[in-house]
Amino acid sequence: MVVIVTFMVVMAGFAGWWLLRQGLTAKPWLEVGVVGEAEWASLSPRPIAKIGLAAFLVVAGSLFALLVSAYFMRRGMSDWRPLPMPTVLWFSTGLLALSSIALQTSVVAARRGELDGVRSGLLATGVSALAFLAGQLLAWRELGAAGYFTAANPAGAFFYLVTAIHGLHLLGGLVALGRTTARAFAVPMGSAPAGWGRLRLSVELCATYWHFLLLVWLVLFALLMRWTDDLIEICRALLT
Amino acid sequence: MADVTHGVAGPVPTVGHDDVELYHPKSWITKYVFSQDAKVIAIQYSATALAIGLVALVLSWLMRMQLAFPGLLSFIDANYYYQLITMHGMIMVIYLLTALFLGGFGNYLIPLMLGARDMVFPYVNMLSFWIYFLAVLVLVAGFFAPGGPTGAGWTLYPPQAILANTAGQEWGIVIMLVSLMLFIIGFTMGGLNYVVTVLQGRTRGMTLMRMPLTIWGIFTATVMALLAFPALFVGAVMMLLDRLIGTSFFMPSIIAMGERLAYKGGSPILFQHLFWFFGHPEVYIVALPAFGIVSDLISTHARKNIFGYRMMVWALVAIGALSFVVWAHHMYVSGMHPAFGFFFATTTLIIAIPTALKVYNWILTLWRGDIHLTPPMLFALGFIVTFVNGGLTGLFLGNVVVDVPLSDTMFVVAHFHMVMGVAPILVVFGAIYHWYPKITGRMLDDTLGKLHFWVTFLGAYAIFFPMHYIGLMGVPRRYPEMGTMAFVPPSTVTLNIFITVVALIVGAVQLIFLFNLIWSLKRGRPSGGNPWRATTLEWQTPQTPPAHGNWGKELPVVYRWAYDYSVPGAAQDFLPQNQPPEPRAA
Amino acid sequence: MAIAIALILVVIGSVVFHFVSPWWWTPIASNWGYIDQTLIITFWITGAVFAAVVLFMAYCVIRFRHREGNRAAYEPENKRLEWWLAIGTGVGVAAMLAPGLVVWHRFVTVPADAATVEVVGQQWQWSYRLPGADGKLGATDIAHVTTENPLGIAPNDPHGQDDVIIQGDQLHLPIGKPVKLLLRSLDVLHNFYVPEFRAKMDMIPGVVTYYWLTPTRPGTFEALCAELCSTGHAFMRGGVIVEPDENYQAWLQQQKTFAQLQAPSRAQAKN
Repeated sequence: MVVIVTFMVVMAGFAGWWLLRQGLTAKPWLEVGVVGEAEWASLSPRPIAKIGLAAFLVVAGSLFALLVSAYFMRRGMSDWRPLPMPTVLWFSTGLLALSSIALQTSVVAARRGELDGVRSGLLATGVSALAFLAGQLLAWRELGAAGYFTAANPAGAFFYLVTAIHGLHLLGGLVALGRTTARAFAVPMGSAPAGWGRLRLSVELCATYWHFLLLVWLVLFALLMRWTDDLIEICRALLT
Repeated sequence: MADVTHGVAGPVPTVGHDDVELYHPKSWITKYVFSQDAKVIAIQYSATALAIGLVALVLSWLMRMQLAFPGLLSFIDANYYYQLITMHGMIMVIYLLTALFLGGFGNYLIPLMLGARDMVFPYVNMLSFWIYFLAVLVLVAGFFAPGGPTGAGWTLYPPQAILANTAGQEWGIVIMLVSLMLFIIGFTMGGLNYVVTVLQGRTRGMTLMRMPLTIWGIFTATVMALLAFPALFVGAVMMLLDRLIGTSFFMPSIIAMGERLAYKGGSPILFQHLFWFFGHPEVYIVALPAFGIVSDLISTHARKNIFGYRMMVWALVAIGALSFVVWAHHMYVSGMHPAFGFFFATTTLIIAIPTALKVYNWILTLWRGDIHLTPPMLFALGFIVTFVNGGLTGLFLGNVVVDVPLSDTMFVVAHFHMVMGVAPILVVFGAIYHWYPKITGRMLDDTLGKLHFWVTFLGAYAIFFPMHYIGLMGVPRRYPEMGTMAFVPPSTVTLNIFITVVALIVGAVQLIFLFNLIWSLKRGRPSGGNPWRATTLEWQTPQTPPAHGNWGKELPVVYRWAYDYSVPGAAQDFLPQNQPPEPRAA
Repeated sequence: MAIAIALILVVIGSVVFHFVSPWWWTPIASNWGYIDQTLIITFWITGAVFAAVVLFMAYCVIRFRHREGNRAAYEPENKRLEWWLAIGTGVGVAAMLAPGLVVWHRFVTVPADAATVEVVGQQWQWSYRLPGADGKLGATDIAHVTTENPLGIAPNDPHGQDDVIIQGDQLHLPIGKPVKLLLRSLDVLHNFYVPEFRAKMDMIPGVVTYYWLTPTRPGTFEALCAELCSTGHAFMRGGVIVEPDENYQAWLQQQKTFAQLQAPSRAQAKN
């Protein structure tokens, strides 16, 4: 449970830092009149969607941190047999990174007002994300064919669970991406960015989510490839 | 005018928050069924929660009948009894209390108390309710499934939760887990809404430190719930996989009834960690909104500012943060490494300090107040008694070695019913008596309300206080028959009968409350907009009940904190938050 | 006013109930009187706090209830008072926690001379295993469990051959000798709980848990299961007899070892 507790401590750190800036030591009964103007003026409808997404990412982060926690706890037991990792995971990792980069180019294009770039970026993102999912499925099949899809191997069960939950998150993201893409193609070519409506915001939101999923995947990948083992050994040595 | 007095330059940007597109219903269905108005969603949440709560109440009657008169109701056997306790616990903790405090009170009060028109994501808010509703339907389906609902205990501990001897092993447990997952998804949607609304939906002048403690309580609880529920989600997914496709996350090698099962290598204790990582914050998810609401009830009905507002806020936040590092105090005798006992006993007892400070501040608010003994105030006083009682027995159970003889006994049952059953429910009642006039424009009947209070409060205390002593004797919980142990004196049977009789009476009195709710809807005394002469924004709406969009043309502007009661020199004994200060004489 | 009287009656009633009710813990039969003492300390501290808080409320209601023309005082906070209350609470909490932790340390520190007894739970019965002449329990694995070998003792472990196995009978313990109970389960969670001993611990399939105690009072005590284990949970009973050493030795002589229990089946197999 160290992982999730660490995650919570980091979150608590952010929350504490934010709260401290909110004047938690103010004596509100002494202040009559309109106060907090600066803070209030900074509220705008745009951040609402972004803050909503950020809050969701914290929740999703908690979910993955818990999965990782459970994984570590289970792995610490003596009968753990690690899994050989299919090489196709390397390709899918690359594809997901590519997907993230493509979406970032789309964001840049949206900021510059280049609709072409936005559209192609979004399409590239979608295609590479689907390819990533296909890669994950190949990995599943490969492990299944090697007989790891069985009750008796907890490492296998964890592999399937972790990749499935990550994949489902990406699928959800693809729905949002699809809607954003549709929106991008609905905007008439050559129209000024002012007339794009919420397109730019949507692209930015998708990009944030994509980068988050890439980050999560990299952590999971490192874990599944057992690169983290050495790190844990070092931590353990330091603690004892 | 107010703005001019204070010389705020430029146009007042009250429209700022109107950029959240306010949703306008076009038909009866979109207005009352698939509504996106937080107030309607709040009522939908509350009605659903109370309805399923009534089911859980009936379950508790059946349980009590079995304990007082074993064998009298011949259809209750051991497995049936375990199904009763499981469903009663799960419904009360999650589907009633969590949903009611956050989905019900949260939805109604957050936008109104903060001066917003609605939640920031109304569509997601609507989805949240309907997914919750679906979760309840799925849960209820468990009663009709072959084999009935699961009888694994509300903690659903593996391995027994998914093994053949446990009731509802075939369908019940699957239904339970699916329902929980749905609940969590629905809640997350709602919870994101509440959090972002508190962060971004506040009206002008509403700084964090001007928020009523109700909002602080609901906000902190929501943040905690968002972070804690994923633990239950992960646990539920893993257990579902164990049950359905035979993985071994929680299942070690097992010989069940002489047969070796295919499971191998899982860890039952892993589930307990996940469950309680959710389960302990869950206690505070229920308690913190109650803390917040009761603070406002006491302050309003004692006509005095809440004592030590800052300390109350800090304590809420501290309790919220600490509650994530106390989960294993539910596992002192689970066989985890004994060294953890030291750590978790210490954190658990530390959390008692901010909690105690909250209690002191409530009673210090009464001190030198002008106490109106209205039904909300009576329920608030009842809450303090039961909460202090239950909180203090928590010091027994949190102190690791004292927990050893008491854990898994009726003492635990008595403790958590007092602290997170009776206490929050008394707050729920107080809150309903308090806000009903705003929701409907009519007062609930006072006499019926007082009758309801007296029977509920004294009855609940008479049920759960003696129960501690049954546990102290050593009677384990989850025993369908208590009189069969050698060390139990026969007088315990009498005590059990007493508890059951009181429980039946207390349960029946809730029907009076229901009657009051319905009767007052049409016949209640018209309340006016602010019957309690309260300061907070929800009482200052132009219409009562508040119309769609809450505030008419202009959003309110907040000039003061939420507790300006009996301010020296003021003409009235309350100053609403949106009342501008007197222009200073030059 | 009625509420003030009710609050006072709640306090008086609770205190009276505490002292006169016939429902109290069973007479202790182990060395864990320390736990009882910590519990009593907790009772006094929490009881005093409960009475103080509720009586203070009752006083407030009587003194400050609404009368025509009353107006509440205006007092947003009182830092000094709040700090004193926080410190006072901290001291009270420490007064409960400190003895608690000291006793917990004792509870988890098994004395070196403690005898070992294994308790095995399965739906819904208790079995016991004593280490036999060599003083060591043999290895076990769930894979070895058969009808002839219900506890799953490894057949080729020499330490296991002389293990004494007790099934369907009560466990005997010599009085005054510390004993470490090793707890094992074959199927679901159980919890071996003798109320008179005050101690308990879950048994988890796949893991060996433990606690220790010194029986201090002769007698026959009922053992219960304290962790829900489905249908038969409430009827999963066992018995523990605490007796003087000579009686214990006499009882021990009559028990069969693993090897003896295996012998008939082996003999059959040879035939």
